[in-house]
Amino acid sequence: MSAHAEEHEHFAGSNKLFTSIWVWLVVLTLIEIGLAYKPMSTVVMLSVLLGLSIIKAALIVAYFMHLKFERLSLILTIIPMLVVCILLLFVFFPDSFRSSDLRYRFKETPPAPAESH
Amino acid sequence: MSTEARAVHFPAADWDGGVHPYRVGHRKLGMWLFIVSDSLTFSALLIGYSYLRASNVWPTPFHFNPSILFSSLMTMCLLSSSLTMVFGVSASSRGDWQKARKWILATIFFGLAFLVLHLYEWNHLIHDGLTPFSLPAQWVTQYTAADGTLPSPLFGATFFAITGLHMFHVFTGAIYLAVVAARVKKLKHEDIEISGLYWHFVDLVWMFVFPLIYIMSVHVDH
Repeated sequence: MSAHAEEHEHFAGSNKLFTSIWVWLVVLTLIEIGLAYKPMSTVVMLSVLLGLSIIKAALIVAYFMHLKFERLSLILTIIPMLVVCILLLFVFFPDSFRSSDLRYRFKETPPAPAESH
Repeated sequence: MSTEARAVHFPAADWDGGVHPYRVGHRKLGMWLFIVSDSLTFSALLIGYSYLRASNVWPTPFHFNPSILFSSLMTMCLLSSSLTMVFGVSASSRGDWQKARKWILATIFFGLAFLVLHLYEWNHLIHDGLTPFSLPAQWVTQYTAADGTLPSPLFGATFFAITGLHMFHVFTGAIYLAVVAARVKKLKHEDIEISGLYWHFVDLVWMFVFPLIYIMSVHVDH
């Protein structure tokens, strides 16, 4: 059965809208690349990059994946559960700082001396 | 309250059967659930990578050429492929299957371009001596900490595992889209939309892989 022979499906959003979303995504990507060469602390850089990535992901999910135009019940079923599960993955993250303190350190001269900066 | 009034105030009728409560077909709902589970897979990998990075001396070896240049071009390829995909889905909703096929083929082209660039970049790193469990000798010298702690040899393991799994998704996505493009006339609009969901998801994952793996590992001369 050909679906195209039947009535046309509704697919909200114009090509102009999708193109403008693409432009935003490209601009945010260029900002990310620019940030790589700006001197800043790792924590600040990571926070800014993750912030930009979350904005980009939201734009893709909302417009390209069309979730903005779906029923609220679908959005509420998918998104909060995913966010909570991802946040739960972080529960053991503080352990990484502990293990970094426990690491064996060379007592003798290191095999290859670090370059002086 | 009468039964009729209750039906208006409470959407319970949605769950009584006979309708799609989410107003999407079961296949589309299935793809959304798959995407949720796959998001968790990638989240776990990226958080595992961050864990290793925070607890070790980590090399930051990527120079602008080729790694950052190539990964940026790859990002543009994936972003553009998402745009062509959404054009394809939009054309399919209007019943214009010829245009839909054309846009889906353009999407596959960008996907394959991504793969070629990615493999070239992988090849460059492998040529430098990076393996899943060891670093090139030059990196070990360059990134050993001041107190003599060696950089983690797991850089390669995390890099190849995460970008490799993503590359596998792009590869399977390209095959999936090729099948959809070949059968576009016979498929329902929602089936084409579902293949688009998968493709956009692959793009979405890259939006986290690119900054965390590439941008955070840029070599900066002091």
